Amino acid sequence: MSIEYLGLSQINGPLIVLEGIRGASFDEIVELTVEGNKKKLGRIVELYEDKAVIQVFQGTEDMSLFNTHTKLTGHPMEVTLSPEILGRVFNGVGQPIDGLGNIIAETKRDVNGQPLNPCSREYPRNYIKTGISAIDCLTTLIRGQKLPIFSGNGLPHDQLAAQIVKQASLGENSEGDFAIVFAAMGVKHDVADFFRRTFEESGASSHVVMYLNLANDPVVERLITPKVALTAAEYLAFEKGMHILVILTDMTSFAEAMREVSSSKGEIPSRKGYPGYLYSELATLYERAGIVHGCPGSVTQIPILTMPNDDITHPIPDLTGYITEGQIVLDRSLHQKAVYPPISILPSLSRLMKDGIGKGYTREDHQDLANQLFSSYARVGDARALASVIGEDELSATDKLYLKFGAAMEQEFIAQGRLEDRSMIQTLDKGWQLLTILPREELDRIDTKVLDKYFQAATSVSE
Amino acid sequence: MSLTGKIFGINGPIVYVGENKAFKMGEMVLVGKDRLVGEVIGLNTGRTVIQVYEETTGLRPGDEVMSTGAAISVTLAPGIISNIFDGIERPLQEIAAKSGTFISRGVSVESLDTTKLWDVHVTVKPGDKVYGGTIIAEVPETRAIVHKSMIPPDVSGTVTKVVPDGKYTISDTIVTILDSKGQEKEISLTQKWPIRVPRPTAKRYPSDRPLVTGQRILDTLFPISKGGTAAIPGGFGTGKTMTQHQLAKWCDADIIVYIGCGERGNEMTEVLEDFTKLVDPKSGNPLLDRTTLIANTSNMPVAAREASIYTGITLAEYYRDMGYHVAIMADSTSRWAEALRELSGRLEEMPAEEGFPAYLASRLSAFYERAGFMQNLNWTEGSVSIIGAVSPQGGDFSEPVTQNTKRFVRCFWALDKSLAYARHFPAIQWLTSYSEYVNDLAPWYTKNVGEDFVECRNQMLSILTQESQLNEIVKLIGSDVLPDDQKLVLEIAKVIRLGFVQQNAYHPSDTYVPMAKQLKMMETILYLYQKARLLIDRNMPMSLLKESSVFDKVISIKYDVANDELNKFDDYRAMIDQFYDEIMAKNA
Repeated sequence: MSIEYLGLSQINGPLIVLEGIRGASFDEIVELTVEGNKKKLGRIVELYEDKAVIQVFQGTEDMSLFNTHTKLTGHPMEVTLSPEILGRVFNGVGQPIDGLGNIIAETKRDVNGQPLNPCSREYPRNYIKTGISAIDCLTTLIRGQKLPIFSGNGLPHDQLAAQIVKQASLGENSEGDFAIVFAAMGVKHDVADFFRRTFEESGASSHVVMYLNLANDPVVERLITPKVALTAAEYLAFEKGMHILVILTDMTSFAEAMREVSSSKGEIPSRKGYPGYLYSELATLYERAGIVHGCPGSVTQIPILTMPNDDITHPIPDLTGYITEGQIVLDRSLHQKAVYPPISILPSLSRLMKDGIGKGYTREDHQDLANQLFSSYARVGDARALASVIGEDELSATDKLYLKFGAAMEQEFIAQGRLEDRSMIQTLDKGWQLLTILPREELDRIDTKVLDKYFQAATSVSE
Repeated sequence: MSLTGKIFGINGPIVYVGENKAFKMGEMVLVGKDRLVGEVIGLNTGRTVIQVYEETTGLRPGDEVMSTGAAISVTLAPGIISNIFDGIERPLQEIAAKSGTFISRGVSVESLDTTKLWDVHVTVKPGDKVYGGTIIAEVPETRAIVHKSMIPPDVSGTVTKVVPDGKYTISDTIVTILDSKGQEKEISLTQKWPIRVPRPTAKRYPSDRPLVTGQRILDTLFPISKGGTAAIPGGFGTGKTMTQHQLAKWCDADIIVYIGCGERGNEMTEVLEDFTKLVDPKSGNPLLDRTTLIANTSNMPVAAREASIYTGITLAEYYRDMGYHVAIMADSTSRWAEALRELSGRLEEMPAEEGFPAYLASRLSAFYERAGFMQNLNWTEGSVSIIGAVSPQGGDFSEPVTQNTKRFVRCFWALDKSLAYARHFPAIQWLTSYSEYVNDLAPWYTKNVGEDFVECRNQMLSILTQESQLNEIVKLIGSDVLPDDQKLVLEIAKVIRLGFVQQNAYHPSDTYVPMAKQLKMMETILYLYQKARLLIDRNMPMSLLKESSVFDKVISIKYDVANDELNKFDDYRAMIDQFYDEIMAKNA
């Protein structure tokens, strides 16, 4: 029979302080009962002798210093798992909210997870075809990668993520089941609904697990949502051998929630008021992607974050970029030019693509072609800047060609339909088509042999 | 008898022990029933502050804390090379064998394999006088490295007994000595050394030999010496890790210590996989035979991240003491600084700039000053070079870690976002980077590479500088209105940028370029410049010169001429002469 503690000694925002507690351990989960009927969960975040600081997930409304009973559970936050979770919807702390009853546990897991041993990891090499040219050709997504989408408010990141989910296929050598774990942190009802509809329309909803913490749900609950989702993903991938795509949206709300809790704890802030451990905390989430030796499954992550004020140097996108293996950056001016998906290719990057493309994976010319497109598109920026000063007419002939190339790149290569699913070969050939706009001597990133083979072919097609 | 105390409070990786039980500062302690490794970092009358190197989930007030009496230290013995450790020298492969795919807490494993038998050749005999650093035995550790076991630095005496050559484990006694106080000491292949204390040396040499890396922009424009220090700052995606990998693969150090400090797990796996496969061009052995890896990935405990840098440099110093040249790749020192900040914040210390603790600068300098070209206690020569990546917040070099690092390193290889966006790699910005070693190394270059080397280098750098000034004008009025001699500078600068500075890490012959070819390439480019300049001086228009494909041909030298075909450069010289003659003939 466990002891219940009556009353609290302090309430401060989402934090409560309990004194005279015995046998509590760090990071333990406690059950709180308010006025005898309302149940809440909390987590011990600081311990000093017999004093515990507890972070309450469901908010501290209605709580007073006298009406709350606290019970220790003796374990850290756990989530109930079984293969039945596929097709179900849960709240931010992993309780079912779709009215289909509780999950019968096959196992229970600590949501904090443990670091993957780098020796047990397998280096990711198989690409995932998304059917989106800008991603497939220039920032190829690799199975086991963590590739975030850096977006801004009002940009179509949700549509892009949904299109990736719909079209993602594992390339030719794919085996095994594919499933999606969707974690929403502080997103709007409409957005959650949009994803739910998309999964239903594409007939995927029986392979989706959703953990929803919506914008008006308790803020502190958000801190645990991605951990719950990733624990489920690891379970499905490494124990059930499935290929899991995890979508985490919106990481900005997660970081905001951390800041809120940190400041009510009275911690010393570092940049922009975020706590000093923001990097470590984000890393423990993002690093839970990957492939392990001797296991058929994989966890691939696509976190979505909205850059506050479209600022890529803001601490959240900045620290994310240092942890993740690349990023896909969306751009407002492209969006305003009605280019969908508005992927700004220059700052976008996939760090793992170099080993997952080329001969034996996609096509031998892929790396060279991608380098050349990046490099030529960077020149377009210079030409445009010059044109805005001296006028387009005054530009040299080559610079004019670059302007033409830039426009074609945006309208024909980056832009595509919301339902358009391009094959890898189509994408690469399209890339070569673009390069034929430029004179051959401008193509300085391509090995002469590759250039001979593909540039000639592309030129003859365009003629 | 070991001291014990009781936990009083817990805040993340920081644990407080209630009464002061005379723990020592810097001492290693074991915390809780899982015996998590921790270190004492603060003491006052009523309280001992401990940072714990593992997750503290599940610890309770009242749990026991045990002292070990020793400072946090590393085990030094054969078995370090080709191995991968976490931040406090626990072998990750052993941990994987013991606890599976995920790293669980409180796994107790020996740092090095104590059961493996090594071939030991003893190099001292009874009666020999030995001092700290004297080599007592040689052990072939890998195909590439002979491990030289030494007397610990603080021990000296006369050898009384040695074992015959044969197979021994690292804990077997190899040599028995009688020290000056008349006490017998048994010495094995193993020694322990506290990670925060530099290993002693006899003296420091000037930095007059380069660390040859095979990367043109580094070797030629911004060289680093053996025993030198360099920083690679750059925002995310600018190629810090890539540059570090290239250096680890190709630089001419004997041993590489690669510290993955708070970086990605997949990157460590990549190094592990790649280095097993890749072959060292000098010895023909796999690169892993000369590499040791320290991995504290970003999701591993933050306190161990702080320690990983010191663990790495202590291992490096140990091999330097044997007479090897060691290069440390620390990726990334910013993560280490952030670990300091995180711990400092938990300790509620008064923050200085951007929340970093005020002692950031002194910690950084203490780390970088452990580099150097040294004469060891045993009269051998060895060096430790440090190449530290810096990940500035928001790519802004004015932040405290970059600025403080800049004060203590002599090479600054600044990575540039716009170069990286254009996929110009290595994205080292030639205008903002510098190396203070150029003058120190000039005599070496003159003697070993070519008399004109330094002259050529300076000339190239000056052309690149002129280009950036001209580009300011071009940005305003376009390049068409420039006079022809300035157009030529732009054209040659382009040849230098694309044909020399840019280097393709994935191309089999371009990934590593020997010094001799670097010089030849420079000479060819500058010869082209000299000839073209003559034409311009004779009022030939630049448009005419550009009709020739000679510029493009010189750019692709890096692909078209293999590293061992230096005689082909004569053809290029002939081609340039022909280009000159043809234009002269046409317009005579």
